[in-house]
Amino acid sequence: MVTAEAAPFVGRALKRKEDPRLIQGISHYVDDISLTGMLHAVFVRSPYAHARVRSVETSKAKVAPGVVAVMTGADLGSSIGMVPCAAQIPDMKAAPRPVLATDRVRFVGEAVAVVVAEDRYAARDAADLVEVDYEPLTPVVDPEKAIAKGAPVLFDQYSDNIAYRWELEGGDVKKAFEQADVVVRQRIVNQRVIPVAMETRGVLAEYKPGEKTLTIWSSTQIPHLLRTQLAAMLGTPEQFVRVITPEVGGGFGSKLNVYGEEALVGYLSTKLERPVKWIESRRENFQTAIHGRDQIDDIELALEKDGTVLGLRCKVIADLGAYYQLLTPLIPTLTGLMMCGSYKIPAARMEVIAVLTNKMSTDAYRGAGRPEATYLIERAMDLAAAELKMDPVEIRRKNFPKAKEFPYATPTGLIYDSADYQTCLNLMLKKSGYKKLREEQAKLRKQGRYMGIGVCTYVEICAMGPSSAMPAGGWESATVRIEPTGKVNILTGASPHGQGQETSFAQIGADVLGLDPEDVLITHGDTAVVPYGIGTFGSRGTAVGGTAAYKSLVKLREKLAQIAAFLAGAEPNDMVFQSRKIFSKSDPKKSVSFQDCVSAAYVAKTLPPGVDPGLDATTFFEPTNFTFPFGAHLCVVEVDAETGDVRVKKYLAVDDCGNVINPLLVDGQIHGGIVQALGQAMFEEAVYDEQGQLITGELTDYAIPRAGDMPWIETDRTVTPTPVNPLGVKGVGEAGTIGGTPCFANAVVDALAPFGVRHIDMPFKRERIWRLMNDGKLTHDGKRMRDEKRAAAPSPAGGAKRIASKPSKPTKPAKAKPAAKKSAKSRRAK
Amino acid sequence: MAVEIQLQINGKSHHSKVEPRLLLVHYLRDTLGLTGTHIGCETSICGACTVLLDGKAVKSCTVLAVQASGGVITTIEGLAATWRSGGNGNGHGAANGGGSLHPVQEGFWECHGLQCGYCTPGMILSSVELLQSNPNPSESEIRNSISGNLCRCTGYQHIVKSVQYAAKKMRGRKG
Amino acid sequence: MIPASFDYHAPKSLEEALRLLERHGDEAKLLAGGHSLLPLMKLRLASPRFVIDIGRLRGMSYVKEESGVIAIGALTTHADVASSELLSQRCPLLVETALEIGDVQVRNRGTIGGSLAHNDPAADYPAAILALDAEIVAATSSGTRTIPAREFFVDMLTTQLKHGEILTQVRVPVMKPRTGGAYEKLFQPASGFAIVGVAALLTLGAGGKIESAAVGITGLGPKAFRAEGVEKALKGKKAGDDLFAEAAKHAPRGIEPLGDLHASSDYRREMAVVFTRRALARAAANASGKSA
Repeated sequence: MVTAEAAPFVGRALKRKEDPRLIQGISHYVDDISLTGMLHAVFVRSPYAHARVRSVETSKAKVAPGVVAVMTGADLGSSIGMVPCAAQIPDMKAAPRPVLATDRVRFVGEAVAVVVAEDRYAARDAADLVEVDYEPLTPVVDPEKAIAKGAPVLFDQYSDNIAYRWELEGGDVKKAFEQADVVVRQRIVNQRVIPVAMETRGVLAEYKPGEKTLTIWSSTQIPHLLRTQLAAMLGTPEQFVRVITPEVGGGFGSKLNVYGEEALVGYLSTKLERPVKWIESRRENFQTAIHGRDQIDDIELALEKDGTVLGLRCKVIADLGAYYQLLTPLIPTLTGLMMCGSYKIPAARMEVIAVLTNKMSTDAYRGAGRPEATYLIERAMDLAAAELKMDPVEIRRKNFPKAKEFPYATPTGLIYDSADYQTCLNLMLKKSGYKKLREEQAKLRKQGRYMGIGVCTYVEICAMGPSSAMPAGGWESATVRIEPTGKVNILTGASPHGQGQETSFAQIGADVLGLDPEDVLITHGDTAVVPYGIGTFGSRGTAVGGTAAYKSLVKLREKLAQIAAFLAGAEPNDMVFQSRKIFSKSDPKKSVSFQDCVSAAYVAKTLPPGVDPGLDATTFFEPTNFTFPFGAHLCVVEVDAETGDVRVKKYLAVDDCGNVINPLLVDGQIHGGIVQALGQAMFEEAVYDEQGQLITGELTDYAIPRAGDMPWIETDRTVTPTPVNPLGVKGVGEAGTIGGTPCFANAVVDALAPFGVRHIDMPFKRERIWRLMNDGKLTHDGKRMRDEKRAAAPSPAGGAKRIASKPSKPTKPAKAKPAAKKSAKSRRAK
Repeated sequence: MAVEIQLQINGKSHHSKVEPRLLLVHYLRDTLGLTGTHIGCETSICGACTVLLDGKAVKSCTVLAVQASGGVITTIEGLAATWRSGGNGNGHGAANGGGSLHPVQEGFWECHGLQCGYCTPGMILSSVELLQSNPNPSESEIRNSISGNLCRCTGYQHIVKSVQYAAKKMRGRKG
Repeated sequence: MIPASFDYHAPKSLEEALRLLERHGDEAKLLAGGHSLLPLMKLRLASPRFVIDIGRLRGMSYVKEESGVIAIGALTTHADVASSELLSQRCPLLVETALEIGDVQVRNRGTIGGSLAHNDPAADYPAAILALDAEIVAATSSGTRTIPAREFFVDMLTTQLKHGEILTQVRVPVMKPRTGGAYEKLFQPASGFAIVGVAALLTLGAGGKIESAAVGITGLGPKAFRAEGVEKALKGKKAGDDLFAEAAKHAPRGIEPLGDLHASSDYRREMAVVFTRRALARAAANASGKSA
């Protein structure tokens, strides 16, 4: 990286530039913006998971006080295009979703009508007056039942609910399993969870009939992609559509999407020629913003006696919900790509059956397919270690590729850029006192106390990504403009929502140009101002967006060096940028102030020959590969056998995300990610009942972590820069979420080993743990626990003791059908 | 059916006629334009709407504006000014312009106690109440006292540090 | 998020509140702190035509001692109960229980009268109120009556309070010497309500003999109840871990525990035993700590 020679800001824990407005409550989220004449929209939503819509009666609502308009799907006709999906899998069924349902609803919360009124109270009141006549249909809730013969079908044009089948295979999997000494297998459920950004979704639209411009303020992670899609959905020329993302109160993937409401609110403003605002309630957010995960995975791992992994096989049933949102079908395939984790596994195969059910769509929730992969392989490694009576650390170490083997090619077709898994693991072991912890565990077990130690060595895929591997562009843009007064404006397409790019990009800018971060402003989230960009997701903000900014900065630095050298009588490649000065390294007296040099570029009277006026540079950066950050986490838990309550006693995260721009921000991402991971592992679960009602539909029933539930997290780092971008940064936004879940799970299963427990499905609710620890024991009144357990069936996967491994005889591949293998190889990503 | 209410908010007196069902949070945000107080749920769980009412942290989405009538309110916008005027942030000082921060705000900035910032105003005001009654809270006391405020970004650790920073700073100020 | 419209009344006196309540009958709801009623109204699970705001009545928020009884005004917030110097001296069990309710903000607004009148099956107060043999005072326009806690809780969300009555005061006996109390609670992780909450009150005599025992349990059934089986098993015996473990087994007897998303009926039943034992052990420790 080209940086200023002194006072580098990159690598320093600078406090954030965005904070003063946020801590004083003077920033603006969507709902904080009010426009003159603004109307408010409220949606009427289906209370049924599956029903025919016979009629929607709006006459009472239309005459209610304050009501300006009521619209139904029939009223809209074909005015608005279908909700878009950018991901295509070969032979995928279509699952078209209109913005407002017309004849059929397919999940609870699907919008049926919209009421627009002068204020939110009037709109809410009138929504109760819309009468919808539904004919309930049998809902399909369980994905395994959904693909069984005779199941009701969501889309009448098809004969089943299988959205697609997809296979990925590399290496000789059959041979690996034939040669194995041991095969461990486990059904692992990765339950459906809900992102719960603290700010719900919100849209404000203002159509100006004179100018014919439509401005949409939306709480989104992808302003430009949203603009393109909205233009297409509304049939409006794209140059007349402007998307502004004001402050965004968290996304976690839930705002990496294009929602029907965004288009409809824009349409309403256009029709009514008044600004229209819609703010999602929390209940709507639970029901109708995307969900995450939701896979049932049957994994098999083939090993030699010494713990060497020979092969991996996995069958995935992925519940996509009723429709496709922007990336819905893509997510399970990411699980396939990353299934080998940080291990040298010569042969791997994944078969995905993606299923349509009467639920909200799943999509990219923080980690998006990779947490599922990591959870699978990290659980499987622990199962194998238990089977072979090896320490979980040793079996991992044994299967790591060595540092010198990078770039390392996986059988799934990826090239891991750079890593040193050993060093990272060693640091974690040393820092945690792993050996001592094991001794303590043995001591406590003798006292009847159940301490567990969990280890996870993950690798993830970040910096998404090369465009060849992305549904709609994987590059990022940045324009750097140095204003005539010498201040710098970086306009980035990577619009942040809490990540702190206004600070980290300013640090990069300050270093490249020898300025102070205060001199560098980051502008983002306005499609009228910022060049076309992709957005912030997939841990790409700094690695791809930051690199685009860096490249533009370097272009301007080169130009400034020429001008400064010309003004100072020095050589351009001898110029040093430091403390707002540009001077000759060999003769520092030959110096110009940064300001004077910038002025020269604009006044344009003293420019060197061949140098154009102005200081403005744009870069569209296309990365050549993903990056692959990694880490070694350790979690220590103690389980209360009486209640099943699990307390995290220690959590240590040693991560390697390449070079670090701002360690404070990296720690923040790690902490937040781990807590989100613990949330899924400990409490979170989107529960739909048999009728397809989301019974965890409010924060009173869906628990996300509170401060008091969470441990103190220790962090440390190793630094292995990536060769993929000049900053050497890999990305860190999802690391904690990816490493944390299996780490906690492994710790709890380890604690319960004395009970013969080999696997537990998430969430690790107290009752589930308690049942496993008390299996077969007597209850207080002398009944056998087991009977009650059967009656209550705590785990849908029921898998405490499902592991069936025969060390001598590898079992035959169960239901694996190699039929589609031919096409599988060609379907590999990349 | 409109009801007259009178409140002192951030040192300023407000008289309004409101619908009885108007929630305090909507009164603050929509009627008065004090949009620093946020809304994150409808079930009194998330705490994003926390303000100080007569010096006590309350969830303004679960208080009717009419219920608050006659009360003294501090929102995030007025916190620093009321604190600097000697009111200790409980709303009893007169706002006299600002620029500087309350120590808790400062702590959140120094210790990276926020990411997306949405929960932050509520989180700060709950912390202010804690430090009024407990100038030297332990980690678990801090965690306990902000358990009515949900944050999805930070994992809470930097928030705990932020409150510790503020506690230290405020003790120094008194001493 | 937005309640339906209603007519609002802010009576100046209890008498006026009672008159309003009488006039509007079933169509009226009393509003105190609002932390039970307003969430229901915002989700439109309740849409009363009239709301009578008694939260503004003066003189109904207090904690005072009157000849061996602590009188607590119905509008006393959970926070005020939790921070009452008098209660922490004379009835620490109630302080401990109040501190387990909701979160800081909820405790700052929610009132003891509102919570008891609402009678949520997972509320914390009823367990302690029952264990303490408290009394609930209810006023009508024709006078007041006093309802023993054991009779007050009728069924899920239903109490002895009749239409036209307003809960005005809770009367809690001062804890006797050598008496210890403890409230042990298993939280529902999302809402903070009790999956099981056990309030135990033990008075120890010479040699650690249990002179009296009272155990109130919430969360288990449709309403909180006194675990008389546990109490009987303790009385007259010497306090000790084995006795507590044995006695605690009586906690869920005769109750068909609720089962829901957060805990099955079986789990609740077994947790009632565990948390009763824990509450008894801690109550005994508190009792002996006092006598020492």
